[in-house]
Amino acid sequence: MVGHIHSIESCGTVDGPGLRFVVFVKGCPMRCQYCHNPDTWEMTGGTDMTVDEIMDQFNHKKDFYKNGGITVTGGEPLMQIEFVTELFRAAKAQGVHTCLDTSGITFKKDKEAVIEKFDRLMEVTDLVMLDIKHIDPEEHIKLTRQKNDDILAFAHYIDEKGIEIWIRHVVVEGITLKEEYLKRLGQFMATLHHVKALDVLPYHNMGEVKYENLGIEYPLKGMKSLDKSKAVWARGIILEAYREEKKKQSLEKNS
Amino acid sequence: MRSEWAGFNKGVWEKEINVRDFIQKNYTPYDGDDSFLVGPTQRTKDLWDQVLELSKKEREAGGVLDMDTKIISTITSHGPGYLNKDKETIVGFQTDKPFKRSLQPYGGIRMAVKACEDNGYTVDPEIVEFFTTHRKTHNAGVFDAYTPEMRACRSSHVITGLPDAYGRGRIIGDYRRVALYGVDRLIEDKTEQKNSTRTIMYSDVIREREELSEQIRALQELKKLGEIYGYDISKPATNVKEAIQWMYFGYLAAVKEQNGAAMSLGRTSTFIDVYAERDLANGTFTEEEIQEFVDHFIMKLRLVKFARTPEYNALFSGDPQWVTESIGGVGIDGRHMVTKMSYRYLHTLSNLGTAPEPNLTVLWSTRLPESFKRFCAKTSIQSSSVQYENDDLMRVTHGDDYAIACCVSSMRVGKEMQFFGARANLAKCLLYALNGGVDEISKKQVGPKYRPVEGEYLDFDDVMDKYKDMMQWLARVYVNALNIIHYMHDKYCYERIQMALHDKKVTRWFATGVAGLSVVADSLSAIKYAKVKPIRDEDGVIVDFEVEGDFPKYGNDDDRVDEIAADLVKTFMSYVKGNHTYRGGIPTTSILTITSNVVYGKNTGSTPDGRKKGEAFAPGANPMHKRDTHGAVASLASVAKLPFSEAQDGISNTFSIIPDALGKESQVFVGDIDIDLDLNK
Repeated sequence: MVGHIHSIESCGTVDGPGLRFVVFVKGCPMRCQYCHNPDTWEMTGGTDMTVDEIMDQFNHKKDFYKNGGITVTGGEPLMQIEFVTELFRAAKAQGVHTCLDTSGITFKKDKEAVIEKFDRLMEVTDLVMLDIKHIDPEEHIKLTRQKNDDILAFAHYIDEKGIEIWIRHVVVEGITLKEEYLKRLGQFMATLHHVKALDVLPYHNMGEVKYENLGIEYPLKGMKSLDKSKAVWARGIILEAYREEKKKQSLEKNS
Repeated sequence: MRSEWAGFNKGVWEKEINVRDFIQKNYTPYDGDDSFLVGPTQRTKDLWDQVLELSKKEREAGGVLDMDTKIISTITSHGPGYLNKDKETIVGFQTDKPFKRSLQPYGGIRMAVKACEDNGYTVDPEIVEFFTTHRKTHNAGVFDAYTPEMRACRSSHVITGLPDAYGRGRIIGDYRRVALYGVDRLIEDKTEQKNSTRTIMYSDVIREREELSEQIRALQELKKLGEIYGYDISKPATNVKEAIQWMYFGYLAAVKEQNGAAMSLGRTSTFIDVYAERDLANGTFTEEEIQEFVDHFIMKLRLVKFARTPEYNALFSGDPQWVTESIGGVGIDGRHMVTKMSYRYLHTLSNLGTAPEPNLTVLWSTRLPESFKRFCAKTSIQSSSVQYENDDLMRVTHGDDYAIACCVSSMRVGKEMQFFGARANLAKCLLYALNGGVDEISKKQVGPKYRPVEGEYLDFDDVMDKYKDMMQWLARVYVNALNIIHYMHDKYCYERIQMALHDKKVTRWFATGVAGLSVVADSLSAIKYAKVKPIRDEDGVIVDFEVEGDFPKYGNDDDRVDEIAADLVKTFMSYVKGNHTYRGGIPTTSILTITSNVVYGKNTGSTPDGRKKGEAFAPGANPMHKRDTHGAVASLASVAKLPFSEAQDGISNTFSIIPDALGKESQVFVGDIDIDLDLNK
C-alpha cells in the first residue's frame, strides 16, 4: 500500500510522548487561516512510499524510539485512512506506539461505511492528538472553511473507545483568543473521559514564507506571533472551565 | 587498619594500591533526587565575585592578566597563592597568585617565548639562552629527528596539530591515590617497583629505572607542595575536606609541570563521596560544608591556566584545559555509580554559574537512576555545560574505573595512558590521491609521486585504489612522526608526577585521529552515485570539481554512503595498525575534531562533494552542515554506524538543538506532560 508522503522527521519531540518518528502526509481538506504547512494541502507532489519502506526507515533507527513511537501528521492523515491503518497495523505488530495527529475532519457520524474504516484504524491507534480549531460552529467555518460538528462527534467517538486523547488548540488574537470560546472549549473537553493532555499553542507566523513560495495569499498577513504568556493564560482558562464542568458533573452524579 | 581509614570496609585496597577496589567496597549508590543540595555559602559567593572581577580584568587586558617570565614552573617552584586565604577551604594555585600563568619551557622554549611575546611579556633572556644552548626541549628533539617528508606533511597540513612543540597531555594521574594512601605510601610502592626491575641493563630497563627515580622525586616534591600550603600530605586524608585537598594537590602538581593539550582530572566524585558519607554519618561536616568544599575545589579547577599562543587558541577555538571529570556510569557488578557527590559536582554549575571548565562529563547509561537522568537534563538545560558519553559502550573495554581525557579518550585511571596524536586530514589525502601526491594549494610534491587520475570524469574504483595507496602512505608518515614525538616527550618533557600516580605496568594507547570524514564519505559517494568532473589548473593540478546529479549524503541514515564512511575508518585504521608503534603503544584512532575542523578546512582545497576550498569541515564525525535532511535522529543513526571497535579513542558528534525543539518548555520537558486533573484546585 502506497502513501503520499510530504516528508519524514526522524527527531520528533513535540508530536506525542517520547522521541518520535513523524510521518507528514500530503493532502488536507481544511484551509485553516493560520496553517503553517500549506505545502501539505494538495495531494499531489511529495513522495510515494509503501508501508514497508516507511517501516524499514523506522526500524533502522528503532533504538532511538524505545520511549516514543510513530506519529502520523500532515496534512490530514485521515485523507489516507487506509494507508495510515496499514502503517499503524505494521507498527503495532512490532509493539510500536502509534499516534494520530488529526483534526478529525473526515469523520461522518451518520455514515456506517466511514465508521467502519475508522473502527479499523482505531484498533491500531494508541493516542489521538485532536486539534480542535475552533469550538464555535460559525467561527470554525470562517477559520477553516469546514464545519465542526463531525469533529466534535469524532472526539466522542474515540473517547467511547477509550483511546487516549491529547487536545491541541491554537490561540490566535481575534479568532480563538477569547475567554468565551476558551471556556466553551474547556466545557466540551469535560464531556470526554480520556483526555490526558492539553497543548495550547500560540500562533506564530513562521509559515508565512511558505505561502509566498507557493504563490498563495496569506490570510493572516500582518498578524504578529502571539506571546507565549497569552497561550499560558488561555490554557489556564480552558482548564478552569474544564474543572468546573467536571465538578458539576460529579455533583450531579452524587445527588 | 590505619586510623585514617576507620569506618571503611576492608579490601585488597589496604594491601595494594587499588583505588577501584576501595570505591567498589565502600561507595553508596544514590537513587534519590536533588532536593538535598544546598546553595553557595557567603564565602563561596565572595570568592566567586573576586574571580569574576579578575576574569573581567583579564579580558580587558587582552586575555592574559599576568605571566611568569623568570621562574620555571616545577612542583615546588612557587610560594603559596590565594584568592583570600581566610575564605578558601581548598587551596593552591599554579603560581604564587591566581591568574598568573606559569612558565613551562620543557615542551619547547620557542613556544614558551612566543606565548609570552604574543601577550606582551618577555621571557628572561637567561632562561631562553639556557634552554636554547644548554638544555634541550621536547620540541628541539623532535625536529632533530623529523624526516623531510614529515616536515612537508606538517607544513602542508595533511597532518595537523602534532604535539611536537607543546605538551602532549592526555595523561590522567590517579590523583585519588594521594588522598587514599598519602604520599609516603606511594613513595614506598614506587621504591619497591624500582628495586624489582630487571637487572640486565637493556635500554628499556635503564629508561624504566630512570623514570621511576623521577617519579619518586616528583612524589617527594608533592609532599613539599603540601607543606608550602601548610599541609602534611605524607599520610592519608582523614576526612572529605582533606581528601579533596590532597587530591587537588596531586592535580596541581601536574598542571604546574605540564602545559598539556588536555589535563584531565579523572573520575573522582564517587571516590570523594565515600569520605563525605563517612563525615556526614560521624557529624564531622554538614551538607553545606561539603558543598562548599566541592564548590571551592571546582573553582580552583576553573582557574587552571596556561601560557599559550594565539595560533594554539585558534586551533582549539579558545584556551581550553580540558579538565575533564567523569561522573556516574555503571559498575561491572551492575550497581550504578551515581552518588550524592555526582549531584554535588554538577550542582556547582548552579552554585557558581555555568562554565566550560572543568569539563563535567556524565558517563551515560540506560541504567542510571531515573532521578539522576532528570537532574542531568535539568542541569543541561540550565547550563548547556554538561558533556555526555556512552558508558554502556566504553565499559565493555575499559571496565568501571576509566575516565575521559580531553573530550572522548577513555582510559583506566592509573593503569592506562595515552600518547596523544593529532589528526590526519583524510580529505586532503583524497586530493593527494587524485593529484599524485601534489598539494592542491602549494602545488608542491608532498606525497609520493603516484599516478594521478586521468580522464574527464572520476571513476570510483580507480579513485578508491589510488586513495587506499595514499592513505597507506599517510598512515606510515603519520605514525612514524608520532613515534618521534612520543620518544622525545618521554625524554625531555616526562610527566613524572602523573606517571608516579600510575601502576608500574602501564598500557599505552597510541592515539591517532582523522579529520574530514564526512567530506570524504560524501566525496566518494558523489564519485560513485553522481558524475564528478575534475577541473584542472594550468599546471594540470585538480583544483575544483563539477558535480552532475545528486548523490546520497552521510547523515541521512542511508547505508549507501554511511557504509563508505564506516569502511574508511576501518581501512585507515588497518593502515595505522600496520606500523611499528613506540613503546608497544596499542593503536587507536579518533574522529573528534570538535573545534579544529575550521583550521583543517582552511588548509584544504575544494573537494568532490561540492565543498569549496577553505570551507570548514564538519566537526568530528558530524555530517556536513545542511546535508542531513532527515532530522536529527537520522543524522545520529549515520554517526552510530561508525565502528567504535576501530575508533576506540572516540567518535564525537557535535549536536546543538534549541531548547524549544526538545519540548514545549523546560517544565514540560523535565516534568510530566499530563494535565492536572486535580478537581479540588
